[in-house]
Amino acid sequence: MASVTLQDVRKVYAGGVEAVQGVTLDIPDGSFTVLLGPSGCGKSTLLRMIAGLETITAGTVSIGGRIVNEVEPADRDIAMVFQNYALYPHMSVYDNMAYGLRNHGVPKAEIESRVAQAAKLLAIGDFLDRKPRALSGGQRQRVAMGRAIVREPQAFLFDEPLSNLDAKLRVQMRIEIRRLHNRLKATSIFVTHDQIEAMTMADKIVVMNGGRVEQTGAPNQVYRFPATRFVATFIGSPAMNLIPGRVVESGLVDVGGGRIAFDAATLPTEVGREVEVGIRPEDLRLAGNGGGALTFTKDFAEELGATRLFHGMVGDAAVVVALAGPAPAGDTFGLSAAPEAVHLFDPASGNSLRKA
Amino acid sequence: MVERRRFGDLIPHLVLLTGVAIVAFPVYLCFVGSTLDQATIANGQMGLTPGPLFFETYWRTLFVGTSGTTREPVATMLLNSFVMALAIAVGKIAISIISSYAVVYFKFPLRMAAFWLIFITLMLPVEVRIYPTYKIAADLNLLNSYAGLTLPLIASATATLFFRQFFMTIPDELIEASKLDGAGPFRFFKDTVLPLSRTNIAALFVILFIYGWNQYLWPILITTRDDMQTIVIGIKKMIVTADALTEWNVVMATAMLAMLPPVAVVVLMQRWFVKGLVETEK
Repeated sequence: MASVTLQDVRKVYAGGVEAVQGVTLDIPDGSFTVLLGPSGCGKSTLLRMIAGLETITAGTVSIGGRIVNEVEPADRDIAMVFQNYALYPHMSVYDNMAYGLRNHGVPKAEIESRVAQAAKLLAIGDFLDRKPRALSGGQRQRVAMGRAIVREPQAFLFDEPLSNLDAKLRVQMRIEIRRLHNRLKATSIFVTHDQIEAMTMADKIVVMNGGRVEQTGAPNQVYRFPATRFVATFIGSPAMNLIPGRVVESGLVDVGGGRIAFDAATLPTEVGREVEVGIRPEDLRLAGNGGGALTFTKDFAEELGATRLFHGMVGDAAVVVALAGPAPAGDTFGLSAAPEAVHLFDPASGNSLRKA
Repeated sequence: MVERRRFGDLIPHLVLLTGVAIVAFPVYLCFVGSTLDQATIANGQMGLTPGPLFFETYWRTLFVGTSGTTREPVATMLLNSFVMALAIAVGKIAISIISSYAVVYFKFPLRMAAFWLIFITLMLPVEVRIYPTYKIAADLNLLNSYAGLTLPLIASATATLFFRQFFMTIPDELIEASKLDGAGPFRFFKDTVLPLSRTNIAALFVILFIYGWNQYLWPILITTRDDMQTIVIGIKKMIVTADALTEWNVVMATAMLAMLPPVAVVVLMQRWFVKGLVETEK
């Protein structure tokens, strides 16, 4: 196993499009790191550069301390699981797993034992003779992982491997991949656009946007202390509410539809400053009768079972509130939030005002 | 949905049977003719039932030939035709599959120009470029040789296009997976592209074998020796003899024999042929 280090990595395509704009990243040995971002943010390109499937325009990629910019994919000692599995359709499951080992000149007996081991680990021993066509989506996914495992690589690369599965299977495979990681302790880099996958699986999330890294950190940290407005709205579902406001006194911001307190110790701001106030839907609560910091006008409600989502307005801003328990009477009610749950962002740069 | 009526199946079958009869009757008549003697056919007394001379006529056709000016036994012609058709089919497939592979998977300067150059040769079949092609073949001493019969016909824009379209449906991830598995361009071709193209190759083989078998104009130009002529030309030559009566029984036997190899290829490869054209195994 090995760590993967990216130093100011850039990718510029022939047309001049800069897909990855200087990413520096340290992926520790044995960690499960998730590259998260919307389509076109450069996360897949970054992964493919680590794999050697894309050339690196500038910067260096090293795996286990060795710079691999000019090393062929097969010699980088990595294994990749593709979104559509990319199994060889004309080969049996066994051959799919053994193919790479044969090409690398691994002795036959060892290939057999490695494949048998991986098949046992993934519970695919019963259909080693079948063609991929005769397998279900989840089974194909396992074979694709088996093909990676038998290589015994320095690092596993996953390129949105769960997006082709149905929702139920996705949850199951998510757990299985994570369990596998806990057993193998192999450095894994997992690309996804699904923030729930990222939150549930990662040791470390790298949030990317527009070819740059927005924030790196543990899932909880990224969720609780988003460094930018982008991270704040991308992580968490439904997305964090953003309401324009103005600081009226230390620890109090006016958002048009009311005033709300924030923690001035971690969010030092001068009075009179224009800010963007971010509050997660699940952090908003019903205020006691009469009182309440924000006046919320309900537009419509969505029933989710455990909670209800209320869509409406606070001042001029659209706001979503997630509330458990009985629905409040009337179309207008007061909302409040704990000062620690209130985030402030600079309206121009989108950066969090939180003290580092 | 088509409504199911009592005679719903009957009418389509009648139409189909009529079609089969129209196609098959001349072939049957040809077979009947090949089992009669020459005089019966010449007198116009040919019936609809096979005569007694089946073995005699076919033996003579295959190993002796007509008594006219072209006394070539048909066995030789069959062999010539078979070699030509096989070489054209195999050669076309081999050339076009590697040129498609180059055009689809390798990035080289003027890649698209190369593809379009191949593509526009669709407009230049051998009939159009017959003078220069003949001149080149003659200069290279290819007259009256299998090489001369086949080489000028082997380049194939159609097959190249066919393989190109198929290769473009092979997902890129398969190449990438192969790269990660340590397979270079040659291994990827041998281990992945060729096995995936199996059914396509079979389908093309059927079409191209028949194309080669049916060649007429080019073989008639390039071969002057009787022992190099193909069966399609042989039939023609048997009929044109002006100094003697056409031996129709032999001509018809030759026609029957000429039909057999293409039919055999179609029948044997029918399953693969259909698969290659309709099924995608990816």
